[in-house]
Amino acid sequence: MAQVFSRHANAIARGSLLLLLVVTIVVTWALFQLQRSPVETREGEFRAQPVPFSHEHHVAGLGIDCRYCHTSVETSSFAGIPPTKTCMNCHSEIWTTAPILEPVRESFRSGVSIRWQRVNDLPDFVFFQHDIHINKGIGCDSCHGHVDRMPLMLQAQSLQMVWCVNCHKAPWKYLRPRDQVFNTEYVYPPNQDQIGKELMKKYHVRSPTEITGCFTCHR
Amino acid sequence: MAQTPLTRTIGLRLEQIREKLARERGPRYWRCLEELTDAPEFREALEREFPQEASVWQGNRRSFLQLMGASIAMAGLTACTRQPDEVIVPYVRQPEEIIPGQPLFYATSRPHGGFAMPVLARSDMGRPNKLEPNPQHPACGVGAGADVFSQASVLDLWDPDRARSIQYRGQIRNWEQFLVELRARPELQPGRRGAGLRILTETVTSPTLAGQLRAVLAAFPEARWHQWEPVHRDAARMGAQMVFGRELAPQYRLDRADVIVSLDNDFLSSIGNPGFLRYARDFAARRGHETPTSGQMSRLYVVESTPTLAGAKADHRMAMKSSEVELFSHGLARSLGSLPGGAPLAGTTPGDARMTAALLHDLESHRGRSVVLPGEFQPPAVHALAHLMNATLGNLGQTVVYTAPIEAVPVNQTESLRALVTDMHAGQVTMLLILGGNPVYSAPVDFDFPGALARVDFRVSHSLYDDETAVLCDWRIPAAHYLEAWSDLRSFDGTVSTVQPLIQPLYGGLTDHELLAALTPTVEQSSHVILRQHWQQRHPGPDFEAFWRLSLYNGFAANTAEPLVTAAPRPPAQLPAPQASQGLELAIRPDPSLYDGRYANNAWLQELPRPLTKMTWSNAALISPKLAGQLKVNSQTVVRVNSHGKSVEIPVWILPGHPDDSITVHLGYGRLRAGHTGNGFGSNVYPLRTSAQAWNAAVTVELTDGEESVAATHTHFQMAGRDIVRSATLHEYQQDREFAHDKTKAPPPELTLYPNYGYKGYAWGMQIDINACIGCNACVIACQAENNIPVVGKAEVERGREMHWLRIDRYYEGDLNNPKTWFQPIPCMQCENAPCELVCPVAATVHDSEGINDMVYNRCVGTRYCSNNCPYKVRRFNFFHYAKYAPGSPLIALQNPDVSVRSRGVMEKCTYCIQRINRARIQAEKENRFIHDGEFTTACAQTCPTQAIVFGNLNEKNSQVVRQKADPRTYGLLEELGTRPRTTYLAGIRNPSPEVEE
Repeated sequence: MAQVFSRHANAIARGSLLLLLVVTIVVTWALFQLQRSPVETREGEFRAQPVPFSHEHHVAGLGIDCRYCHTSVETSSFAGIPPTKTCMNCHSEIWTTAPILEPVRESFRSGVSIRWQRVNDLPDFVFFQHDIHINKGIGCDSCHGHVDRMPLMLQAQSLQMVWCVNCHKAPWKYLRPRDQVFNTEYVYPPNQDQIGKELMKKYHVRSPTEITGCFTCHR
Repeated sequence: MAQTPLTRTIGLRLEQIREKLARERGPRYWRCLEELTDAPEFREALEREFPQEASVWQGNRRSFLQLMGASIAMAGLTACTRQPDEVIVPYVRQPEEIIPGQPLFYATSRPHGGFAMPVLARSDMGRPNKLEPNPQHPACGVGAGADVFSQASVLDLWDPDRARSIQYRGQIRNWEQFLVELRARPELQPGRRGAGLRILTETVTSPTLAGQLRAVLAAFPEARWHQWEPVHRDAARMGAQMVFGRELAPQYRLDRADVIVSLDNDFLSSIGNPGFLRYARDFAARRGHETPTSGQMSRLYVVESTPTLAGAKADHRMAMKSSEVELFSHGLARSLGSLPGGAPLAGTTPGDARMTAALLHDLESHRGRSVVLPGEFQPPAVHALAHLMNATLGNLGQTVVYTAPIEAVPVNQTESLRALVTDMHAGQVTMLLILGGNPVYSAPVDFDFPGALARVDFRVSHSLYDDETAVLCDWRIPAAHYLEAWSDLRSFDGTVSTVQPLIQPLYGGLTDHELLAALTPTVEQSSHVILRQHWQQRHPGPDFEAFWRLSLYNGFAANTAEPLVTAAPRPPAQLPAPQASQGLELAIRPDPSLYDGRYANNAWLQELPRPLTKMTWSNAALISPKLAGQLKVNSQTVVRVNSHGKSVEIPVWILPGHPDDSITVHLGYGRLRAGHTGNGFGSNVYPLRTSAQAWNAAVTVELTDGEESVAATHTHFQMAGRDIVRSATLHEYQQDREFAHDKTKAPPPELTLYPNYGYKGYAWGMQIDINACIGCNACVIACQAENNIPVVGKAEVERGREMHWLRIDRYYEGDLNNPKTWFQPIPCMQCENAPCELVCPVAATVHDSEGINDMVYNRCVGTRYCSNNCPYKVRRFNFFHYAKYAPGSPLIALQNPDVSVRSRGVMEKCTYCIQRINRARIQAEKENRFIHDGEFTTACAQTCPTQAIVFGNLNEKNSQVVRQKADPRTYGLLEELGTRPRTTYLAGIRNPSPEVEE
């Protein structure tokens, strides 16, 4: 009886096996990349807002401090989104007829809140606390990026766990003096490692072992 | 483990159990009768790897493989979800005191049988979601806890089944339409003087409400005000009347008593006692913590007609029929010389003679330092006798003090309702306002309240639910929950406590103040205005605003306790002659969870294992093992209970320690219009209750063929056969301080190949005092409310899938007929060498640097190996998405925002309230300091009325928990396994009389 398979059928079989392996690896790799990519994390993505509020204009242009609007950032887990009243403090005096601000005025007249789209959104099983980060010397821009250069707000970081943990593993790389926390133009000095370690002592920042415990963020 | 068929055969195996117990030497602790049978079914269930799964899978092998394949293929996909868009909705004008993310606390009071139970209510962004004790309230004393009803009542606020609109015969109306109709009523017209108008309330202690009622009665002199509360205190009132000639309310000072004698008084439970919080705390002050060492321990004798929490804590307990308790009281009073006659004690069984003699001797040798407590559900004579005995013993002014009654107008409520019903039947009532209560369900059956109600022309009900009464009324007015209302109430000692709203009424509910104001021609008033006006009159002057604000802040008006009065009881000319009934007796009692039925729609309370029976979701006829043998019935056999011509079908439950010749049934079940949660569970026993015999009646029992499953948790999470509960008598303890460690010792910490971890910062630990724990269940509900723990329903409880992170195991010791009882709360032990951590394939449960065994929900894939490997059985698995509510359900607003809501397929367990630890730590770190001892505590420890649970930092030298753990009675559960549990226990100590040989 003649051979059913020709001689190079072996090569094809081996090749297919190899190909299968390669395809599996590539697909797995691609999925991992996808999962870490902005497609999944929404990093760098603008969100449409009811009012196109420009942080660039208000922070860099006018020099308004972060805490003028985000009042509870030093005292609470939640930084606070300003009530309509905060907008109207100024906008009852200036740009009072600008059509772009109509939703703000409408909210103030009717008493119905403005519904902002959340930009920096952590999963519900993560309990991030603004107050402790601010009090220990983590600057706003470490997580929120250069808000003062954002005409529209976007998510500056991936906000994935690996990104959080990178800092919790080596907090000295990111600490700055408390009076520089709200400085959007802060530049880390060349000897940051040394200064950071001094700040860790000064502010009693707990060790990386302690702050990488699961219950630090998950409850 | 699931309910085994074994439960249904217990009645047949009682002989076997008795023999087994008789063979035992030394103390033997057991949790359920099933365990004692040594039946192979029980062994098998005990050793099953995943007991909760029992017989649920109904497919074949092929579909199992298909499902598994699909799960594996799709498992990865669940990780690829993008965050859904979320909106942020800020205020338009932000209130000044609100910081988003920080809770606020307000002092308020929960009405309980008309009396105030002080609470602090937590509010997150305007959502009340947790109730906590008010430690400043003078009525309960500093450091008092909160009871189980207070903890659970926040669920009622958010109950989707609450009445949502004003209705006229099923049609939705508004308040203005109601007012128009109301004011057109002929009864309210000037000439009629209110003839035909009746107002029915529950017990009223509120000074403002009483003032309004008086004003209404003054405006309508022929109107009448009646009060009815199913759990009334008529007997106590009449008892005081018999010996004092006037109404007086006793208060007991249990911290000053060396000997406590309870004549069927369950002073350790809030079901009959508005002073429960104070009594529990005072009792524990002489029983728990260091008292066995310091020799301060009091001795408790309990004579009782049904097993109660007080009986469970007793050093000597005598179970007898209710009528025999009266007989016993007479005998005791004669022996003490409080009653002329001097006859010896009669009516006690020979076995009790020694106990009785010891009791008498103890009372006589502790004059002025003893106290006799009459039972709430005993006839007036027992109350009268207790007053007399306390006087003879010189206890008045020492351990017993009296005040004028706290109720605004104390009345005999049975007679009050009888008068109302008589008038209704006679057609003399044309307009009836029912302010609270559910008399159609709860009135004595001989009154035929529904029939009487049908004869009333204009019926208005004011209640939280569209209940049995509301549907028979013309107008239904939804009531405001107490967390939505302005009011005032008085505590058991008379202290005026404030009720303030934390939220606008969710469904436009109105308070009783507002409804009453509608009767008067005054312009419509809010209850806030009414309350302020009342207090402005009582506290005139320029400092009113300061007084008002301080009272609201504190939750009480300072120095408003009722002044003590001195009174001497005189023996009445004639006491009704006591007579023990022949045959079976029925004891009708309020339910430890549902009270009189008003909490029937509260799922937390329905699913809460009752302290002694461990039943959930239903009631049963509780009988003794001996009676079960005589009747030849098993647990879960349905019997027909007949009393005065009415009968009720109800399953039997065999309860060790129950008196023979007696049956106990609990009120509050079998509701028809409680709501989606409560409808239909259990049997309604109100038909057995008459006005003449509210609590005890003669009864006969017939067998039926039926059987009804009872979801009891007493067989779940067994640690059978190990040395779990450790106890000794005070005498034994004085001989051997180390008795708790005699048999087992923890292996030394060096016995490991790995270096031990040095916990340098905080090291959290807990100590639970078995001696102080009274099994009241408040901690279980506090934990449930704090940690967003879902309920699972009766069917799932039967499979052993209840989710309580903290359970209270009830152990019996010794004899089947009169066992000693121990309660042991079991949270996660937070083992330093945690067996659960080693077996998790995905590291979803790991240790942190403060010694807490972290459970990471988002990592958990649901293998359940951890729960299988946990020797303490404290891990709970979400077999279904129990925490999922219908979209828009108000219950979503109840969730604690600091705790994750767990999804299907995830393991969960006690975290030592990590959210509270983190909050305290962050606060401390912001202030650059360490957390002080006592700055915060876990939800269970906080609410414990006896402070049996102590939590703190083991690395802080003088913390309370460190001091307690130094006690030689401290032992770790299963510490011989080397798990090094952070939760430890203080072994139990009883203080029996040396005259009674143990």
